[in-house]
Amino acid sequence: MGLTKPVAEDLFTDTPDGPRLIGSKCGKCGTVVFPLSTSCPRCGHDEMADHLLAPRGTLFTFTTQGFLPKEPYTGPETEESFTGFTLGYVEIPGEVMVETRITEADPSRLAIGMEMELVIVAFRTDPDGTEVTTFAFQPRGGES
Amino acid sequence: MNVAVVGIGIHPFGRFEGITGLELGAKAVRAALGDAGMEWPDVQFAFGGSLAGSLAGSEESSQADQLVAHLGLTGIQFTNVHNGCATAGSTLAMGAALIESGAYDVGVCVGFDKHPRGHFNAKPEQSGLPHWYGDLGFMITTQFFAMKINRYMHDFGISHDTLAKVAAKNFRNGAKNPNAWRRKPFSEEEILESRMLNYPLTQYMFCSPDEGAAAVVICRADRAQEFTDKPVYLRSVALRTRKWGSFEVFAPWLSTERGHSPTVDAARAAFEQAGVAPADVDVAQVQDSESGAEIMHLSETGLCADGDQEAMIQAGETEIGGRLPVNTDGGLIANGEPIGASGMRQVYETALQLRGEGGERQVPGDPKVGFTQVYGAPGVSCCTVLTT
Repeated sequence: MGLTKPVAEDLFTDTPDGPRLIGSKCGKCGTVVFPLSTSCPRCGHDEMADHLLAPRGTLFTFTTQGFLPKEPYTGPETEESFTGFTLGYVEIPGEVMVETRITEADPSRLAIGMEMELVIVAFRTDPDGTEVTTFAFQPRGGES
Repeated sequence: MNVAVVGIGIHPFGRFEGITGLELGAKAVRAALGDAGMEWPDVQFAFGGSLAGSLAGSEESSQADQLVAHLGLTGIQFTNVHNGCATAGSTLAMGAALIESGAYDVGVCVGFDKHPRGHFNAKPEQSGLPHWYGDLGFMITTQFFAMKINRYMHDFGISHDTLAKVAAKNFRNGAKNPNAWRRKPFSEEEILESRMLNYPLTQYMFCSPDEGAAAVVICRADRAQEFTDKPVYLRSVALRTRKWGSFEVFAPWLSTERGHSPTVDAARAAFEQAGVAPADVDVAQVQDSESGAEIMHLSETGLCADGDQEAMIQAGETEIGGRLPVNTDGGLIANGEPIGASGMRQVYETALQLRGEGGERQVPGDPKVGFTQVYGAPGVSCCTVLTT
């Protein structure tokens, strides 16, 4: 096993209770955004503090990616090996909706409103052997 | 608003080898000038817009004012407009405002673009987004449209069959439009069975980036008869951007408090300014980046209520012979999307219909009120009301 690194710093973190996404909360109006932001898009103030998002929510909407994205995509697939991925928005109650990869690849097994939970998954392996990880959400209680 | 459209011009949309985007734009301007019986030296000001040169993988110019090298160095006030998917609409908004201000009487608004093949591959940093957003494969506009319509279908009972019907209609209309790119009709079965690009949207439900240009000559309404015996009047043009709670393209997050799209605000403002109700509209061109967008934009513009689209479209009401003909020239689905030109194509088509010059695709019954709507990145919408 080589080294592991996240797709970006300050995007998610490990806690004793499992992984959490790092967002920002406005000190003025309480609005939560994701990822980190230095100012609040709702009230315009710049008093943002780091805020760990709750790791569970419900599926607001979803889609599939049926063709290989061009750059700036840095996934490991080639035109031949690409089999698609799923993505969607997960609503974290009282906080924010997060755009995310979804671990379930079959859209017929996804439903708007279903319970979802945060996981950290492998995204690609760099030429030096480093495994790059990303956040994703998986249906709760279901296998990924 | 006291502004008339007295000349309209278009360069066909599609793929054209050996001609630059600027040259496409110049051809559209010449066509519009010819339509108004004018020459470039008669033009007092111009607004022009193009996006391609600023997008990845392009070697085109985005400087619309370079058109003067093709049209003539007359020294006029020429302003470049660069405003996302509302670029063409923005040229019209500013052109009309300049005439209303009394500064000038006669001007040209033009939009053109020439995009490489395949989906737009914007860099996240250009949209103010972090690099990882692109790494993960989220910088793809089609995902947004798919996720928005998927939720809308869930909330308002729109069927997959209705998605196919919209695309089939637009291909059929495009087949009647000599300037369209896609001129081959497809059946609903072929559309539903084409490759699933982004669930629930298949390949034939989407438009593709391409090339094209469109231009209009506008003037003070009381001078319209000098240039044409069939003036079309621009009653309003309204441009709005996203508010808190709207659901937009390239959004790593959304608020849990749901709001409405900028199209809702732009359409309301356009109807109010024109003194026209949505029910008065005889012909409409709305943004159909894919068939779901046409469905959602019908309600966002106020042309119907949420959920009414299912019955309307199944009954053929948005067909050329229907109660509310929509995208009579085939829309983006048949014409493709040269971003800077797209909104101007809608105005061209509307003026043509109001003049009764739609040929094979003419809306019957002498339409008198037309409406156009563009929507796109980064959360902008521009709507116009045009009348005879």
